[in-house]
Amino acid sequence: MDNQDVSQCQSVGRVTPQTAVFEQTLALKSGAVLPGFALAFETYGTLNTAKSNAVLVCHALSGNHHVAGFYDADHRKETLGWWDNLVGPGKPLDTRRFFVVGVNNLGGCHGSTGPMSIHPETRKPYGADFPLLTVEDWVAAQTYLADYLGIDTWAAVIGGSLGGMQALQWTLEYPERVRHGMVIASTPRLSAQNIAFNEVARQAILSDPDFHGGHYYEYDPTAKQPIKPRNGLRLARMVGHITYLSDDQLAEKFGRRMRHGAHRFNYEVEFEIESYLRHQGDKFAEAFDANTYLLATKALDYFDPAFDYAGDLRAALARAKADFFVASFTTDWRFTPEKSREIVYALLHNGLNVSYAEIDCDAGHDSFLLATPHYHAALTAYLQGITL
Amino acid sequence: MSSALTRMHGRFDFAHIARWIAPGERVLDLGCGDGALLCLLQETRQIHGYGVELDPTNVTACIRNGVNVLQFNLERGLSGFEDHSFDHVIMSLSLQTVRHTVPILQEMLRVGREAVVSFPNFAYKPHREAIAAGHMPVSRHLPYQWFDSPNVRFFTLTDFERLCADERIEILERMSFAEGRLVTEDPNLNAEVALYRIRGQRSGIL
Repeated sequence: MDNQDVSQCQSVGRVTPQTAVFEQTLALKSGAVLPGFALAFETYGTLNTAKSNAVLVCHALSGNHHVAGFYDADHRKETLGWWDNLVGPGKPLDTRRFFVVGVNNLGGCHGSTGPMSIHPETRKPYGADFPLLTVEDWVAAQTYLADYLGIDTWAAVIGGSLGGMQALQWTLEYPERVRHGMVIASTPRLSAQNIAFNEVARQAILSDPDFHGGHYYEYDPTAKQPIKPRNGLRLARMVGHITYLSDDQLAEKFGRRMRHGAHRFNYEVEFEIESYLRHQGDKFAEAFDANTYLLATKALDYFDPAFDYAGDLRAALARAKADFFVASFTTDWRFTPEKSREIVYALLHNGLNVSYAEIDCDAGHDSFLLATPHYHAALTAYLQGITL
Repeated sequence: MSSALTRMHGRFDFAHIARWIAPGERVLDLGCGDGALLCLLQETRQIHGYGVELDPTNVTACIRNGVNVLQFNLERGLSGFEDHSFDHVIMSLSLQTVRHTVPILQEMLRVGREAVVSFPNFAYKPHREAIAAGHMPVSRHLPYQWFDSPNVRFFTLTDFERLCADERIEILERMSFAEGRLVTEDPNLNAEVALYRIRGQRSGIL
């Protein structure tokens, strides 16, 4: 690895999630108001006395606050954080230098207030009554956590994909509170094709007989397995997953390889890619909540900072004051490099400092989660250049 | 920064380019390598600079050197950059590696108020001697063998100046060098590198 001794890279070790509870009401962009909320979060490293070394890691569609380290030393791999290759001592986001915060977004299903939470008045899970959210709402909720942790200004806010949108939104809504926006594998707005894939995912969930209008938590609580729209969520994940990977990568990983070596003329798993997708879908359907998935895909669809500026992204980004690191991946056909370049040109228009890396990696949209040498070398160089 | 000065030493043309840049300018450096020139201009001219570079190792080096770098492919042009959004657009010792010579010059003069280009002189005396002896020249500024050269355009000072005349590009200043020294006499024969400050010819109203 370029300029990075792998033997120096260590894990942040065993971590424990925390929860911050906020009694204040939160007015959402939709007009709805939450009477209070909780955010699950984790921290790694130590906040310095000047409180100048805090970095917020924003998660994507299916992520959460468990960014780095592990929960269970005996099941280290299974309980590893989703961006563990980025965060730790000696890693690009070096916890010997930075105080790193991971947060589960509002509306999430891993500890933050969301559709699974109990509505304070009805004493039942919010379910479909949980208000729809936007990236702006997520960022607004994250400011409460920043205040709670005593962080006036983030040294950096970093995120990939939907996380990158939050990083960008931070620099627009709270320009005084972010010194560096790190926007990776992201886009200033979803394309019609992106929204189309999200709509297929939503319809899979909404049309599942176990969805029960979003109030499935209340159905048959005596059942051994809680009722949830498993099949819908599984389908949603399967179609989503295809868009995260590249054609070349699927060809290389699975090709037309068959499980039994011969055609069996039935609908069981025949091709290895079918087995892989089913496994991914099953795993996700157990671990994730369908209502959270629905609202997160809507937040993706709504995101468009240029919307209030007659579609002019350059005007929309005029509020930003941060320095930027923008990165895209050559085989990402979900959020293409062209979309990242659009962000870069809008930043240039506003005279902001920006570095842009276009990483050659065959793993499609999910490339942002890998430790490709050039990618991590560029991240390391940028993060090392941040003054504390 | 001493590291920048060390690198500058290896690239004598940087100091001369710096003399053409006013403090606080917006500068775009095409093919900026490890960012040494921008680093120097940031320190000595307090410029607001951006480099364009395709090579991943150089991109990382730029970031490490505290230089804004954009990993764009120059062969795709500069269409994303706005008209006259920079005071100077620089292409230092890279013009000979770009296939679309005229379009890139026009683009530089669209994006920049002025442009600065430097290139190795194919008509430098030792190069002529190499050709006369039956070989393609290999020298400090043309260090490649004919079969592994990244250069795709081979031209001389005279050739470049004729192109500028044909394309209505105004040459504001020229400096030529050999072995790190200024050359004044017959530069097309005696200079190994030439450095030009150019601009698009203005209409009568301007």
